[in-house]
Amino acid sequence: MDIIVCVKHVPETAEAELKISANGKTIEKTGLVFNINEWDNYAVEEAVRIKEKFGGTVTVITVGTEDSDYTIRRCLAHGADNAIRLTDPRFEGSDGYAIAKILYSIIRNLHYDLILTGSQAGDDGYSMVGPTIAEMLNIPHVVLVKKIELEAGIARVHRELEGGFEEVVEVKLPALLAVQTGINEPRYVSITSIRRAMQKEIKVMSLADTGLSENEVGEAGSWLKIEKLHAPPVEKQIEFLKGNSEEVAAKIIKILRSRGLI
Amino acid sequence: MTEIFVLAEHRQGQILDITYEVLTKGKEIAEKTNAKLAVLILGKDVKEKAKTLPEYVNRVLVVEDFKLENFNSDAWIKILSNIIMEQMPLLTMMGHTSYGMECAPRLAASLGIPIATDCIDLDFEDENLVVMRQMYGGKVNVRAILKKAKSYMVTVRPGVFIARKPKIPFNGEVIEKQSLLTEEVTTKRFVEYVFPPPGEVDITVAEKLVGIGRGIKDQANMPMMEEFAKAIGAVLASTRPVIDKGWLPSDRQVGSSGKTVKPKLYFAVGISGAFQHILGMKNSDLIITINKDPKAPIFNFSDYGIVEDLFKIVPELTKRINELKG
Ligand SMILES: Cc1cc2nc3c(=O)[nH]c(=O)nc-3n(C[C@H](O)[C@H](O)[C@H](O)COP(=O)(O)OP(=O)(O)OC[C@H]3O[C@@H](n4cnc5c(N)ncnc54)[C@H](O)[C@@H]3O)c2cc1C
Repeated sequence: MDIIVCVKHVPETAEAELKISANGKTIEKTGLVFNINEWDNYAVEEAVRIKEKFGGTVTVITVGTEDSDYTIRRCLAHGADNAIRLTDPRFEGSDGYAIAKILYSIIRNLHYDLILTGSQAGDDGYSMVGPTIAEMLNIPHVVLVKKIELEAGIARVHRELEGGFEEVVEVKLPALLAVQTGINEPRYVSITSIRRAMQKEIKVMSLADTGLSENEVGEAGSWLKIEKLHAPPVEKQIEFLKGNSEEVAAKIIKILRSRGLI
Repeated sequence: MTEIFVLAEHRQGQILDITYEVLTKGKEIAEKTNAKLAVLILGKDVKEKAKTLPEYVNRVLVVEDFKLENFNSDAWIKILSNIIMEQMPLLTMMGHTSYGMECAPRLAASLGIPIATDCIDLDFEDENLVVMRQMYGGKVNVRAILKKAKSYMVTVRPGVFIARKPKIPFNGEVIEKQSLLTEEVTTKRFVEYVFPPPGEVDITVAEKLVGIGRGIKDQANMPMMEEFAKAIGAVLASTRPVIDKGWLPSDRQVGSSGKTVKPKLYFAVGISGAFQHILGMKNSDLIITINKDPKAPIFNFSDYGIVEDLFKIVPELTKRINELKG
């Protein structure tokens, strides 16, 4: 089983304060901690488990600047064998469609039985890169995958639907599966093992290696152009309860009591 | 004739709510662009269901084929691309759901038409399609513009547009279209549905819920949250990461891929407020949120907010309530 996993280096923003940059089109990246996209982490774990069971190789591939090497090293420490990073200043401003084109242009020349991606990226949330690559490669795909069982020439997968239930789908290999969180329990990847993975080679490729023209990537090759970022509007008039822990606790109790909730 | 297409989503004989949500937005866009509104429904035995749709649209396009008994994106994409190529609608809309996420990006790529996924709003401005999306788990809204084209595609976030029946029913024409699926699609095959085993507690009927998120950090902190829930007489529910880690059984998950709840009290602790979670709890009567990040999107949906470390507030609150109860 030769498996390709598409991964992305993204900022952790759940607990961070985000500042919109002066041009209004991006966020300030300084001060943010970057790591592997949550969904991709599950995809890498799944690929490594399949390799451990059936043999073969795991190749991780990303589009990103040199900073992404942190995430790639993490994948190599996690058990991936090969790594490719696609880097070019002209990739800047690419939307999900352009990113898919860049990844496809390299993947089409590799051998694979299975391609795994995350269901979405935590930063831009497109959830379109996987299915778009599958279309370009002309292989079947399944998204929101929560379980993978491999048999001769097919993958039997569980796909998540709304409301807590799933459907079982059989798909012919080679196929692309976009992985949903909770498919497995990713193993712990220590900093020391990431350091050890420093010796492994990361193949760096640029626009010239993709065979794409300048107009097919970046903003020119994208369908979507970001115009402006702003803070989301408030849906409900919220009241913030202020004070020290005791004061706040007293206020909450008062609210709960007044509504007969305690 | 310019036309707006909406793909009807149905499962196990039911047209899903998202269809009517997208139709509501579709109607607005159609009025603004002077376009006709059409709904597409594909499947086996869908003719009966199609009869419920004319009041929403100018045209109901029905594709009836026994080969479409179960959802198979490869089959759906084949049929939809035929229809879109033939009719060239200005815009094709579907939900950003397990259905839309599987079909739309691939369909757009195969037809070469621009797509924007997970839109929370959209509009035509001077013949340009402008969309609103979110990034970074709902912390930032983005206005984006699509590359100029004859036809566009969008997926629309569930729960954003309120489904409304048109005040004046459309009385649309029902048109049967050939599926043009010459043979069974063999790349992919539906096998069966899997339902989760019923749990001990039903969070959809509990009056009070304490929703816990990744902010509780460690399984070792679960007893602290259980004690708190017990003190206020609530049941523990949670976001997805807590379920993924196995700290609570899967039927306690609130959100799009979990349960929809509407308790008298939803106490959100250490939850950021990703839309998939908000979708499941935003209609709770009273929402009180504890989060140390003042910019957490969940505050935008809450009645009361406490910007503080949950590990300070929760034990204090538990202690005081237990004292009150004596
Ligand atoms: C198709 C799909 C379906 C999904 N379905 C669901 C679903 O049904 N339900 C669901 O919940 N999610 C669902 N998700 C996942 C969702 O996108 C989010 O990843 C998830 O809701 C985040 O959970 P969280 O808020 O617990 O974690 P995070 O986003 O990591 O947020 C943790 C929060 O805790 C706060 N915090 C941390 N420490 C403390 C402290 N000491 N004191 C106070 N606050 C603290 C942080 O500031 C942060 O806001 C789905 C995703 C996809 C792609």
